[in-house]
Amino acid sequence: MRVQHDIVIVGAGLAGMRAAIAAAEKSSRLSIAIIAKTYPIRCHSVCAEGGTAAVLREGDSFDLHAWDTVKGSDFLADQDAVEFFVRECPKEILRLDNWGCPWSRNEDGTIAQRPFGGHSFNRATFAKDRTGFHEVHTLYERMIKYDNVEIYPEYFITNLIIEENTVQGVSAIELKTGNLVFFEAKSVVFATGGAGRLYGFTTYSHQVTGDGMTLAYRNGIPLKDMEFIQFHPTGLIPSGILMTEGCRGEGGYLLNKNGERFMKKYAPEKMELGPRDIVSRAMWTEIIEGRGLEGDYGPYIALDLRHLGEEKIEERLPLIRDAAIKFAGVDPVEEPIPVKPVAHYTMGGIHTNVRCETPVKGFFAAGECACVSIHGANRLGTNSTAECLVFGRVAGENAAEYAMNAKENKITEEAMRKEESRIYDELLGKSGDESPYQIKRELNETMDKNMWIFREESELKEAVKKIKELKERYRNVEINDRSRGFNTDLMMTIEIGYMLDLAEVVAIGALKRQESRGAHYRIDYPKRDDENWLKHTMAYYTPEGPRFEYIPVTVTKWEPVERKY
Amino acid sequence: MAEFRVRRYDGFRSYWQSFEVPAKRGMTVLEGLYYIKENLDSSLAFRASCRMGICGSCAVKINGKPRLACETQILFLGDKITVEPLENYRVIKDLVTDFEGFFAKHKAVKPYLIRKDENYEEPKELLQTPEQLNEYYVFTLCIKCGACYSVCPAASTLDSYLGPAAMAAAYRFCADSRDEGQRDRYEVVSSSQGVWRCHLAMECSEVCPKNIEPAKAVQMLRRSTAFSILRGILGW
Repeated sequence: MRVQHDIVIVGAGLAGMRAAIAAAEKSSRLSIAIIAKTYPIRCHSVCAEGGTAAVLREGDSFDLHAWDTVKGSDFLADQDAVEFFVRECPKEILRLDNWGCPWSRNEDGTIAQRPFGGHSFNRATFAKDRTGFHEVHTLYERMIKYDNVEIYPEYFITNLIIEENTVQGVSAIELKTGNLVFFEAKSVVFATGGAGRLYGFTTYSHQVTGDGMTLAYRNGIPLKDMEFIQFHPTGLIPSGILMTEGCRGEGGYLLNKNGERFMKKYAPEKMELGPRDIVSRAMWTEIIEGRGLEGDYGPYIALDLRHLGEEKIEERLPLIRDAAIKFAGVDPVEEPIPVKPVAHYTMGGIHTNVRCETPVKGFFAAGECACVSIHGANRLGTNSTAECLVFGRVAGENAAEYAMNAKENKITEEAMRKEESRIYDELLGKSGDESPYQIKRELNETMDKNMWIFREESELKEAVKKIKELKERYRNVEINDRSRGFNTDLMMTIEIGYMLDLAEVVAIGALKRQESRGAHYRIDYPKRDDENWLKHTMAYYTPEGPRFEYIPVTVTKWEPVERKY
Repeated sequence: MAEFRVRRYDGFRSYWQSFEVPAKRGMTVLEGLYYIKENLDSSLAFRASCRMGICGSCAVKINGKPRLACETQILFLGDKITVEPLENYRVIKDLVTDFEGFFAKHKAVKPYLIRKDENYEEPKELLQTPEQLNEYYVFTLCIKCGACYSVCPAASTLDSYLGPAAMAAAYRFCADSRDEGQRDRYEVVSSSQGVWRCHLAMECSEVCPKNIEPAKAVQMLRRSTAFSILRGILGW
């Protein structure tokens, strides 16, 4: 089946919905489709908790936000992109205000802000500790006002179709019926999120399997800086559910088994509010050196909020309290929360410029699936939701502009037949003796063990070998469910295939980068090496595995210096 | 070990199937469903996403009551657990039900801020005190899981009834100090599919996993729409 629109946006989280609104604002004559594998408000963006960065008040400045971001990135961010980004954040906060976002407020009615890790001004704009949730709902509510935005919920993307370096559209399975639908479009925006489910211990929602990244990659578009995976300091044990950095922003402590605020050894000035890479390494060091607390699920670190008092916890961190009680049986008013570092964010992604353009004409990417790059080697908390809003808008506007000047595209019959046969004959009809879920389990174990916070050559080599073995075994998977309607067995099996390709890029990229920068820490190369490695990794697909190239980092104002917090 | 009795549907027939799930302390019903899918029967269909009670995907009927599978501990339920799809929705497959109508009803109440002075390019900060925020905040917490609608007696007898979640959404915006769209919304919610259809059974408030009390929103809307009609008659 064919469906035609001017613009097709894939992914209905913060970036995708912001793109849809931006395109609709550009012209009411454009026909815009937003397709996603969940209903829009079920996206992973709802899990963002702590806040969204923006310069709103006197005393703060664009230069300061930009400098914090660049320093946080360990100088791998492109500074022109960062300078553009920080200037656009405040308007996004105010737009959401005008669209109904229930921002937390000061007594005088102005929008409140709080401290956050790595920021030298209180610029985390927040809606209690459910910031992403409220932003998502606000954007959704706004988006449904536009008659020219059509929502396709529960469509699972299977391919990106490109001819002569120009995008033609995408193919997706309508989950309800199992039909393959071909969306023809003049421009396509990917806003498909990160790749966090490569890991077992992770804050990510189940569906964050890097679909868009892999499809772009398989179609010849490079993935940038994929070895940089952020480990958030405070994942709830045992589930990995995010305990927001806002806990520490509001004054929470991290304690080892001696009751010591150990951050004084690692970041004496910023303490618990150091950037995430540094805090996570500090916590992991405490654990490795035997100063973690002992629990049913191994050693952990205590996140202590007790001194904040019940009133403040209820007012500022209600979700955290609720989640800690429900998922760990711990009331933070009474007891410290058991936490440890957890896979949280994919700094890398589809290579784009600051206009969200990729090397393919008419194809744009925004949000976590893209790499502009404003996060470099380590993202600051509150900059990801801000990125989704700012670059979601940019992608939507530029995709609209492109579509207004482009001719209609057509997916060829041959391309349709090929894709149909790949899904229904090669995958769904295939016999084999491998369980996709067993492969995923082994992938998760490998990533958690070999691709974690501290990395070294032998472990990375082992990971590469294991991933190649899993890719080989994946060719032999069998999908037991042969039915069409809502076949999540088929969907998950395809997702696991996506993840294997990405894992290979992450692992080989990490093996090649012989330095320590931001979230990528090599025990065997513990220093940052600007002479050889102040550059972006670009991974290109080949059937034998990724081919790597490197491109320079854009430096405008800030020469790299040593990072101290 | 816990026995999961799951209500299945393959598009043609509906039947019960039992699975043995090794239940550990802290394990949730959702984790049990994943265990079944990944180890026992991969054809089992259910929805899940955030697994932390914020995305609203995984509401199902567990031991007779609608709950979020992700935040329901197996050990609190004993060793026999029944899992069924939500009622008042058409079943697509197994535990997956059709939410198209639910979201259409939500959209029908104009659940967005309506303002005359809107400026997309140059937005201005609007003031709202913490007290004004508290007037409606609890109703912003709706995750659209659909649990309320599944137990609503009015919805079960009248397909077109807008239902508790949509009412809560309508009230949430009417009570927002930044909003100017009350009249537009009153028109929808006071229609024959609106607030006056509610039986006041309060079951929606009973089952809401976010404790937002949609029934209270219905009550408040009844009051406001009645006043609004009265004002219209008296020409105030």
